[in-house]
Amino acid sequence: MAFPNRLRNFIAVALLGLSLSACGYNTIPTAEETAKARWADVENNYQRRADLIPNLVATVQGYAKQEKDVLTGVIEARAKATQVHVDAADLTDPDKIKQFQDAQSKLTGALGRLLAVSENYPDLKSNQNFLALQSQLEGTENRIAVARRDYIASVRDYNLTLQTFPSILWASTVFRSKKPMASFTAAEGAQTPPAVKF
Amino acid sequence: MAQAQFPGRFAAGALRRWLPFLWLFLTLALTLTASAFAQDLTFPALTGRVVDQANLLPADTRLALEQKLAALEDKSGIQFVVATVSSLQGQEIEPYANELFRHWLLGEKAKNNGVLLLVAPKERKVRIEVGYGLEGTLTDALSKVVIAHAIAPRFKAGDFPGGITRGVDDVITILTTDANEWTRKPQVRADDPDAVFQSLLPFLIVAFVIFIIWSNRGGGSGGGRGRRGGGPFIILPGPGSFGGGGGNFGGGGFGGGGGFSGGGGWSGGGGASGDW
Repeated sequence: MAFPNRLRNFIAVALLGLSLSACGYNTIPTAEETAKARWADVENNYQRRADLIPNLVATVQGYAKQEKDVLTGVIEARAKATQVHVDAADLTDPDKIKQFQDAQSKLTGALGRLLAVSENYPDLKSNQNFLALQSQLEGTENRIAVARRDYIASVRDYNLTLQTFPSILWASTVFRSKKPMASFTAAEGAQTPPAVKF
Repeated sequence: MAQAQFPGRFAAGALRRWLPFLWLFLTLALTLTASAFAQDLTFPALTGRVVDQANLLPADTRLALEQKLAALEDKSGIQFVVATVSSLQGQEIEPYANELFRHWLLGEKAKNNGVLLLVAPKERKVRIEVGYGLEGTLTDALSKVVIAHAIAPRFKAGDFPGGITRGVDDVITILTTDANEWTRKPQVRADDPDAVFQSLLPFLIVAFVIFIIWSNRGGGSGGGRGRRGGGPFIILPGPGSFGGGGGNFGGGGFGGGGGFSGGGGWSGGGGASGDW
């Protein structure tokens, strides 16, 4: 006797669902969402750095007013860097990533100059508030390095799923619109955080 | 040579038959090499709460530290591990500590409440790596203070056991002073209404599905072809994916075959480093 029709449909749908997930249908969307989440971490940590800067500038200003150029340099670079955002949908555009990276590395440079200048002010260097801010900044730079490394790895995973078997079967059919994502270029010394020593 | 022994047609057929397996093998090989590339640092095994690869600690200090760390974990769930390594393998201490932390999966998975104190005597570097969940309590600034005032001066004088002990004490003080961290949340039990619902959920779903199918069978008696044929069927609940979560590391005794392992925690690079 044949199975009841409805039951057969039910089983067919269940089997189809199982086989789809077993064949790696989920691989591409999963990798894509992971990479997007890692990008959010990257932006959060850069934002965290931007949030520290007003306090840092105010503290340095109290001791080194005459370093106006350096201080305004940091403020301007921060203003520019916080304007550049990359939406998760734009991650496939290398130009957008590059803009973001350029703006942030200008801020890194300006911060480096600020910290180098503050070496000349012994009172500032022994200020507890400044020391705390400096260690927070150091920690944030490290978090940025970690987040960048994670993003680069997740983008590599995602791009690999678009190019390798078996997920390439899905990439060339159902997920035809999915494009590889852009990663950071290694120019900014991505692996080692800038040294903030004191 | 295979082609000399067998007729060409047979070889082609065999090739066609084996092609999928060849593909599978190639994919597998690619995956394996990819994962081998990702792991180029070698880490010591997580043998206990104190992993003294660089042999800096005498046995009694080690024991005292392990007891303190075990007490901390019993009280708060925080998994705090002290590690000394003989070499950072050419890596900076920050990425090394982060990868070691993630390799050991310190802290509970849900809370990410792990801490790692890493000492690299050869490179004269020390780092406190803090899991996501404790970044608010053991901040970068506080970690730096512990390193600069408790650890580095003693290391400079060559007193590694003293520096590590004092650093561990200070970190534990910081972690346990925040009431939110050490007042452990009560275990989720079946008498929690939420948990009751969760444990009943699979049965409710199964009952619902059976109800729908039965009502359909009873309903439209018209035109369907042979719909009343099959006997009653039963859907068994799948393997319990709704089981309560909870800590997955058994604290306490380790030494012999005791299972001390990371709980699945993660770190995003919180903490501070220093040198001496």
